[in-house]
Amino acid sequence: MRERLLQFHGRRGWLILAVAAAALIIVVPVLNSLPRSFPLAVPDYLIPLLGKFLCYGMMAIAMDLVWGYTGILSLGHAMFFALGGYGMGMYLMRRMAGEGVYRSNLPDFMVFLDWKTLPWYWHGFQNFWFAVAMLLLVPGVLAAVFGWFAFRSRIKGVYLSIVTQALTFAAMLLFFQNATGFGGNNGLTDFKHLLGRSLQSPSTKLALYIASAVALVLTYALCRFVVTSKLGRVLTAVRDAELKTRFCGYETTHYKVFVWTLSAMLCALAGALYVPQVGIINPSEMQPSNSIELAIWVAVGGRGTLIGPLLGALLLNGAKSYLTAAFPSAWLYVLGGIFVLVTLFLPRGVLGLLTAARKRKTTTPQQATEPERGVSVEPAPSTGKVPVTP
Amino acid sequence: MTAVEADLVATVADGPRVRVASQVVALWVENLTVSFDGFKALNDVTLLLDRGELRCIIGPNGAGKTTLMDCITGKTRPDSGSVYLESRLHNLTELSECEIAQLGIGRKFQRPTVFPQHTVYENCELALNGNRGVFHSLFSRLSKKDKETIDRVLETIGLVDLKGRMAGLLAHGHKQWLEIGMLLALDPKVLLIDEPVAGMTQPEMERTAELMQRLAGERTVVVVEHDMEFVRSIARKVTVLHEGRILAEGPMAEIQRDPRVIEVYLGT
Repeated sequence: MRERLLQFHGRRGWLILAVAAAALIIVVPVLNSLPRSFPLAVPDYLIPLLGKFLCYGMMAIAMDLVWGYTGILSLGHAMFFALGGYGMGMYLMRRMAGEGVYRSNLPDFMVFLDWKTLPWYWHGFQNFWFAVAMLLLVPGVLAAVFGWFAFRSRIKGVYLSIVTQALTFAAMLLFFQNATGFGGNNGLTDFKHLLGRSLQSPSTKLALYIASAVALVLTYALCRFVVTSKLGRVLTAVRDAELKTRFCGYETTHYKVFVWTLSAMLCALAGALYVPQVGIINPSEMQPSNSIELAIWVAVGGRGTLIGPLLGALLLNGAKSYLTAAFPSAWLYVLGGIFVLVTLFLPRGVLGLLTAARKRKTTTPQQATEPERGVSVEPAPSTGKVPVTP
Repeated sequence: MTAVEADLVATVADGPRVRVASQVVALWVENLTVSFDGFKALNDVTLLLDRGELRCIIGPNGAGKTTLMDCITGKTRPDSGSVYLESRLHNLTELSECEIAQLGIGRKFQRPTVFPQHTVYENCELALNGNRGVFHSLFSRLSKKDKETIDRVLETIGLVDLKGRMAGLLAHGHKQWLEIGMLLALDPKVLLIDEPVAGMTQPEMERTAELMQRLAGERTVVVVEHDMEFVRSIARKVTVLHEGRILAEGPMAEIQRDPRVIEVYLGT
């Protein structure tokens, strides 16, 4: 048990994780409760913004699982995020039945389309737990089925990326149609309350932020558990030498389907937490550029490290929020420029830069020749994993 | 005699090669034919390997050596023919690579293939025989027996001191040994080894020869090799492939005198 915990993270890693989790879950809410006159007080308007960033961070970690560790570059992951968001949106729409503009029992857009009854797939979504189950299961099953066929046919590399890109594009076109029954172009919006609480009240917003922070920490812990297990080592083996992994007796298709499905469900969870905080979900969330941006967060942060993609998502979205307000036309150039620079000069991303800097400071010649074994706190240079203790 | 063995002996007795009827066969390749765009890479190849045998397969480029390996390990599906392991229960040509590996056939590639981003120790761990299911590996820990197996393997291949090194950073010869070590951890019944000494220095080659000799006996070893000196140093029995057919088969000394073999291959 102890050994496994130390494999999960070295002592210092656990400490950093605990501090970071406490900062996100406790310190930010405390700072938010301070009067605005305090210098470090977090104003109310920042809370949903931070919550949104944390959801992006979850998505980046989930993406790292498939891209960084297993070598599957998905350019359609935003679709799973959006599906999770739609699931939550459906619940929110059903809970405000009778409170819409038309005071109808049906969501406003259905009244507008002159629909008389609820489509069959909307039934049950007034129940929160049913909605949660569905918003995880539907993307999960979709990912498993897609993954099974794609990986069994040994579609990989750029071909798989193109197929996933096409998948999210097709889903976007489908959701754009009014007849699909998800509000078409406008999507689902004008939500009123969640679990009986008003979505406008600061306390609900704070609760949603805390829920996102807890979900982020749990997502990280789950993914870290996966990548430090033998399963994680098999995934990396698949990334580096898939054929060899098969000749070692591993059915790599099963491994890929597993990690692909897990990643999709985590994205869906992130999407479900995202929607009540931004107040809208529409098909533009499925546009291909969103998935590409996700890949950029992961690449900039540092693939195969979990923490790197999280940092990448937070940094780039922070920069985006600032720059799109300050210099609206510059953002895409900045994003493209960062991506090019990172690809050229920082193959291991921002995190690789940080660990390399720390290494230079602390490494002695002796350590340089023989990496420390066992309860090492120093992550391995490129994968951030701790070697198994013999 | 079990039903399977009876079946086996009966079939052997019916076949053209009756001489091993009393022994249990380790690997059985029967009338294997593979063609790529009309070119017959293997043409009606039949091969019987005894248990514990060390067999070398030689032949000029394009003779079909690698294709034969590919068929046995499931990488290539033959047009016709079958491959059986020990009993006739499983026709390997109908199974996937990983199922074949789980049944006990290990393969070493021509170019050393290890997992570069894993340590030497982790490479051996990944190769270990056992349950390779997804959920099992999520929670599995190395048992005491597993650790002993890995330690023994590292001892055998002489990489104990390098067990914490990333495999991608190993020297070429060490990679070759690590790959052989991974096959040992897999604990296969049949080992297929493609050009084990390519690019090795003389002392490394001698150690490899010694390793091959040690491996045979406990298990069946098939070595495909170009280096004749190495083949001479390990071979007991040699099969010569030429243009997809078996040209000759027998002890090394006999093969070296065979005029047909000399003409196509040993000429120099």
